[in-house]
Amino acid sequence: MSEKAYKGQWVKIHNIILEPSQRAPGVPEDTQKCPLEMWLNGFLDQDEASLGEQVAIKTVIGRTVKGKLTEIEPKYDHSFGKPIMELLTIGPKVRAFIEKGDSNER
Amino acid sequence: MKDNSYASVMARKNEIMKKAVGIDYSKYEIEGIAFDYEKMMDEVGYSLEEVIKIQSETSVGNTPLVELKQINRLVKTISPKSKGARIFLKDEGANPSGSFKDRRAAVSVYEAQKRGYKGVIAATSGNYGAAVASQAAKRGLKCIIVQETFDSRGKGQPEIVEKARACEAYGAEVIQLSVGPELFYYFLLLLEETGYFNASLYTPFGIAGVETLGSELNQQMIEKTGKSPDYVVVTNAGGGNLTGTTRGLQKTGADDTKIIAASVDLSGLHMASDTDFNRKSFTTGHTGFGIPFATFPDRSDVPRNAARALRYMDRYLIVTQGETFYVTELLSQLEGMQRGPAGNTSLCAAISLAKELDENETIVVQETEYTGAGKCPSAQLTFARENGIVVRTGDPKENNPGSEIVLPESPEQLHYTEMEMEKIKTSYIKQAVKKYGKKDFSETELAFMAKDLKLAKETVQEIIALLN
Repeated sequence: MSEKAYKGQWVKIHNIILEPSQRAPGVPEDTQKCPLEMWLNGFLDQDEASLGEQVAIKTVIGRTVKGKLTEIEPKYDHSFGKPIMELLTIGPKVRAFIEKGDSNER
Repeated sequence: MKDNSYASVMARKNEIMKKAVGIDYSKYEIEGIAFDYEKMMDEVGYSLEEVIKIQSETSVGNTPLVELKQINRLVKTISPKSKGARIFLKDEGANPSGSFKDRRAAVSVYEAQKRGYKGVIAATSGNYGAAVASQAAKRGLKCIIVQETFDSRGKGQPEIVEKARACEAYGAEVIQLSVGPELFYYFLLLLEETGYFNASLYTPFGIAGVETLGSELNQQMIEKTGKSPDYVVVTNAGGGNLTGTTRGLQKTGADDTKIIAASVDLSGLHMASDTDFNRKSFTTGHTGFGIPFATFPDRSDVPRNAARALRYMDRYLIVTQGETFYVTELLSQLEGMQRGPAGNTSLCAAISLAKELDENETIVVQETEYTGAGKCPSAQLTFARENGIVVRTGDPKENNPGSEIVLPESPEQLHYTEMEMEKIKTSYIKQAVKKYGKKDFSETELAFMAKDLKLAKETVQEIIALLN
């Protein structure tokens, strides 16, 4: 059984805005093959719903928008990334570079 | 019921826009390509004094100007004798939502409130969204931000996802779309549905808002060095930052200051391509916006764009993604200022430029932006690697947009590529010929183009005559 969301819960919905056949003329070929999609977060505006169902949400500014329930309590998953060796070595190298440069000038 | 098909909504564009920005652009039309730019700026925008007052109401502006002493020490060590201009940085990250975009949003949201709109909408994947959301929060207006965020695999640019988070934190509704220029279609639908104000980046309000950035930095430089800056370097995308800053400089007497545009090279990547979307490691400040907007400003979301970069630009310098990440690290490690990468595009160009200038000359880098999860070098380079981009150390000249990001091994390797102004101005004229379907422009139109390009009318005519 799929996961359920309940009234007032923070959820994400998804909609197709334009099917590939409805896309604007002049859009690059690779983009033309895909639908124009949209995602929006809000509070579930019905008693309960399962993932994949058509639902209504109320957004933070009070608009009612309908769409397919795709995520319950969606979270931000962006981060500071992994350690990047190419970045980590910049500080020490450039400090040494400045010190050497200063002593050359003297 | 209204026909909401793509073609019908686009056909209603002017009608929707007129209601949503409250400007009758037809008043400023002259003929063909020509319109009365200065009259539009005077009548619709606000004076410098009015903007200062509006911005002070929501604590925007008056950001510090910092002399980059450690970076300047570095510049001296890599410059020939008696060369190495002093670089100053306008710390725009100190604005309420963390970028100079607060200046633009402050005036637009003020205007929306004054005219009785209940809310504001902006189509932006950048810092401007957070700025509009923050200003709307301060003035008690509702706010919707529409972003281009994901490719068809549902993968989002971390920099854009972070901006969505910021907008939501300020109480805005954030609508995220997949790649494509039809974002504008959906934006029009929303304007029609809500009756909200279009807080476009390109209205006279938005540009008037940036003028205080130019006037403030000029004042601060006079206080610190006794004179206006010799050079101001501006990260260039849509052209509004450069336009507004220069107008502010000129309004406060800095007529001799040279205006240098800087963009990150993203040549070869198509801005509307689903597959190229996540091969970009910068979402703004790049040539993908900078060049199209400079060469055809009226491509924006309003009938006449108040941002007209070529009117004010003296030179255009292109830097690489790898160098800008490197310089972001320098700012952090040497100056103790952690600021977002894209805003440091101008700093990157400024360091290379400083090496060639006399040591008694001054350069102002006129912006910084906030940094954080998603929009810092480690996040963006991790994302680049996940999308198959090679990240390595080496000669930055080997940097290749969309396939290789090369971070310099040494600060001596920092360089810029000069975009020839003649080439870019010719490109503007080519676009005009194409758009208006003619080569025989009237005297009025030629005079307008000459002004838009900072060229003599005769030169514009000569360029047109040489076109095939």
